[in-house]
Amino acid sequence: METRSRIDILSLFLYFAIAIIGIASVYSATYEDGSMTLLDGRSGKQIMWFGVSLFVGIIIFFLNANFFEVFSWYFYVPLMLLLVVVLFIGADINGARSWIKIGSFSLQPSEFAKYGAAFAVSSVLSSIEFSFNKRYDVIKLFAVIAFPAILIVIQGDTGSALVFASFILVFYREGLTPLLLVLGIVAIFIFVLTLVIGFSYFAITTLILFLVFNAFTYTNKKMLIPSLSIMAVVVLFSLSVQFLFNNVLQKHQQKRIQVTLNLIEDNQGAGYNVNQSKIAIGSGGFAGKGFLNGSHTKGNFIPEQTTDFIFCTIGEEGGWLLSTLTITLFMLFILRLLYLASRAKKKFKRIFILSLASIFFFHLLVNVGMTIGLMPVIGIPLPLVSYGGSSILAFGIFIFTALKMDASRDEDLTSES
Amino acid sequence: MNRHRSLYISIAVVIIGSIYILRLFQIQVLDDSYKNTAERISLRKQTIYPQRGLIFDRENKLVVFNEPVYDLMVSVPIRLGGIDTNSFCGVLGIDRLEFDTRLAKAKKSSYRGKAVFMKNVSNQLYARMQERLYEFKGLFFEIRRDRNYKYNSSAHVLGYLGEVSKNELGTQEDDYYEQGDYVGKKGIERYYEDELRGLKGEKYFYVDIHGVNKGSYKEGKLDVEAIDGNNLGLSIDIDLQQYGESLLNNKMGSVVAIEPKTGEVLALISSPFYNPANFNIQNRGSYYNRAIQDPTKPIFNRAVSAPYPPGSTFKPIMALIGLENGAITPATHFGCPGYFRLGRRTIKCHPHPFSTSLERSIASSCNTYYCNTFKNMMQSDKYASTEEAYISWRSYLESFGLGNKLGVDISSEFRGWLKEPSFYDQMHGKGRWSYANIISLSFGQGELGLTPIQIANLAACIANRGYYYTPHVVRQIENVDAIPEEFRTKHFTKVSAKNFDAVIAGMLAVTQSGTGAGVAIKGINIGGKTGTVQNPHGKNHSAYMAFAPVEDPKIAIAVVVEEAGYGATWAAPIAHLMIEHYLQADSVTESSKMYLETRLKEANLIPLKYRSQRDTSLYGN
Repeated sequence: METRSRIDILSLFLYFAIAIIGIASVYSATYEDGSMTLLDGRSGKQIMWFGVSLFVGIIIFFLNANFFEVFSWYFYVPLMLLLVVVLFIGADINGARSWIKIGSFSLQPSEFAKYGAAFAVSSVLSSIEFSFNKRYDVIKLFAVIAFPAILIVIQGDTGSALVFASFILVFYREGLTPLLLVLGIVAIFIFVLTLVIGFSYFAITTLILFLVFNAFTYTNKKMLIPSLSIMAVVVLFSLSVQFLFNNVLQKHQQKRIQVTLNLIEDNQGAGYNVNQSKIAIGSGGFAGKGFLNGSHTKGNFIPEQTTDFIFCTIGEEGGWLLSTLTITLFMLFILRLLYLASRAKKKFKRIFILSLASIFFFHLLVNVGMTIGLMPVIGIPLPLVSYGGSSILAFGIFIFTALKMDASRDEDLTSES
Repeated sequence: MNRHRSLYISIAVVIIGSIYILRLFQIQVLDDSYKNTAERISLRKQTIYPQRGLIFDRENKLVVFNEPVYDLMVSVPIRLGGIDTNSFCGVLGIDRLEFDTRLAKAKKSSYRGKAVFMKNVSNQLYARMQERLYEFKGLFFEIRRDRNYKYNSSAHVLGYLGEVSKNELGTQEDDYYEQGDYVGKKGIERYYEDELRGLKGEKYFYVDIHGVNKGSYKEGKLDVEAIDGNNLGLSIDIDLQQYGESLLNNKMGSVVAIEPKTGEVLALISSPFYNPANFNIQNRGSYYNRAIQDPTKPIFNRAVSAPYPPGSTFKPIMALIGLENGAITPATHFGCPGYFRLGRRTIKCHPHPFSTSLERSIASSCNTYYCNTFKNMMQSDKYASTEEAYISWRSYLESFGLGNKLGVDISSEFRGWLKEPSFYDQMHGKGRWSYANIISLSFGQGELGLTPIQIANLAACIANRGYYYTPHVVRQIENVDAIPEEFRTKHFTKVSAKNFDAVIAGMLAVTQSGTGAGVAIKGINIGGKTGTVQNPHGKNHSAYMAFAPVEDPKIAIAVVVEEAGYGATWAAPIAHLMIEHYLQADSVTESSKMYLETRLKEANLIPLKYRSQRDTSLYGN
């Protein structure tokens, strides 16, 4: 049987397409006047980091694909150590201790931690003995992602920590009971409802529903106990939500959630970013104001507009057309990764590629969602688009590793499912 | 089974992506409000204030010009990027508390994305701030133009500017003015506002979060250039005006001089006056209240607003009406025993030679003569009643521009007092009054009030032998072919030209052998008429009306000096010196006349009761 080792051209094309949109957007967001070229400032650095990514990508393609599976823990452990180290030597930027300064460069270990976690998750999940029915295995699996997530929370970067939740999608695909996802969705529903109408109304409503339900089924005594316990759990959960929200979340986190749910309007405070972001994107219209012509972008009205809020520049200058194109490219890229995962013959590779797709999806969901007011403000970048060397490089390495695994699939003779 | 889950995940990706795309469609394409909000936030309109029209005098001397005023503005919403408040306060010379107060006030009063932080910043401060403005993002200067003046003169003619009032903003038709704009408030600044103001320009540009200009909007396609206001040419002779002001210094009163053939006002003085520069935008704040409290009323424009009984200066027009009406002829004479008998009452006259004719009655200013003339008129067979006779008499006066506003081009004109018959009906009962009740009118007393400009216009009517042009102080408007129609229309009096000869002869006699002979000017034939106006509140007002040269009148003049005494003592010499100054400038060389000039300039005729409360600083600087 002939073995082929060819990179997936479509993925590569999508990678470059998204990267180009990113460079152009960063250039435009920092553009001051005609004397500034693409190679100056942040867009120049952005290009440099893509260059570095490609260089590392080529090296990856010279490696043996099995290297990754064999040495997966050699990726995970050092990257986790970096997360520990940053707690001690990290530079404090915007209240988060997430950066290690090396000369003029700043490295953000949390961006690379996702890459490391993908190795560990793939390794744990793909081991022959692993079963979702074994409690120890499940604990180990969750521990592998909880560890970096907790370290990152300690750094003060809750947003980046939340990204590790995207692995649950991978677990689901690999056999985790969907109950967990369903419960998660129900929990979010109760959470939102409690905040919108308040605990008291929520509890009363639940009680009425319980009574109505039992009035209709009073002949069937078997339903009483389960429905009663469900009601109790729901009400208790709602109460704890109320409690957690008021006592555990910090004020700015509370406000961000309230602004997203339209419970409060605070366009000068917590809602400022989102409001300005919506104004910038909304004012782009159908076809946009044109490259380098975004008045809101030029006016620096949006904080973090080269990083977390880069989508504003796309929306304002490229209008609905470019926004749609960008989201479509992301969707195609994620779908393509999902396809690459499904055609992988080795479980390790499938899970690894799946991890990348999930993380990408999570970033898209949260980042674009927050710029258009559908998600609370969670500071994570739009992959390959937002300015930031660590993010660009980490995602680049992640993607090239995944593509290398796909490219070498024919070497894997057995198909594991 | 797990393969299906891959499919579910793919479906979730597509669903989320589609939701986002639809949401974007909603906020970007369907909803316009974001576009409007973005423009409101980042688009700014800067008003470009044009140069207000300059004002020149009759001889093309520059009188009024513009001076920049700098308002320190702040962009709203206020985001003072990286301001070092301490150093900022240091440059401005304010403390932290004032800084906060001003900022809070600006926040409240913002208008179209900006608010005044500090008004009327001085030139020096402007220069100092300008160097460091880049440090203080969010602050910028708006430059407007205040007035300044080449001469400490003509304040009442020129008027002044002020900020447009709420009322003016509300009633304007063309929506031109915005809060904070300057607009003419008094004088010709007000009357010619539309000519002087020009048209404001507009510049649209984007600003960043600190309000810093980030480039023009649509490459300046919507920008509008400012158009400078039209310059005005005054009919005022600034030299004559200043001379008159020097003569009226320390007096209460007024001088109005008109060129009879055109109605152009050569000089218009109201005294006490003030330095117009003290009333420009920058200075008025500190002078206005003082001016209001001054009992001599320096802001009050006596020349067009103060009604004085004309006294004997009224006699020429009485004579003209009598001639036209047929009550007298030039040869008519009435015996004067020193009074006019009115039943048991007498109207006093002063000692004078027997008036053998109309001419002599004017020269000697005989009250009795005019009482008789008025009596003849009021009792004439031509009229069915005194009321009818009075209406006829009144309409003659109206044809000379009395009893109504003349329509001069200076604000605050008063119509004067000239009562309707109904006034006397009310006072005495309908049909129950006769000439005896209103006899004082015949010698310019009683219910009669003429503004100095009306008296001057009267002199012009006589000089023209029966017509006048509405007096006006502007004779040229740049970019406009002619001054307004109303100033180019001849108004004819109801007295025919032939009847003027005897009256003019009488007025000439006044300065040659009559009440004004003592201050005659050699070489100029002046027709004049003195007046000593009874003043129930104090000394008599000194009044005088004249025109010259009689052969070809070039100037008609009225002078009123309040509480000064005889017309011949003060008003007449002032008028004569001004006539001479205008007709033969620099000819006051004779020592007697130099003495006269000095005496007039130095005389302080401000009533004693006011002197201590006068604020002479208004005239200073």
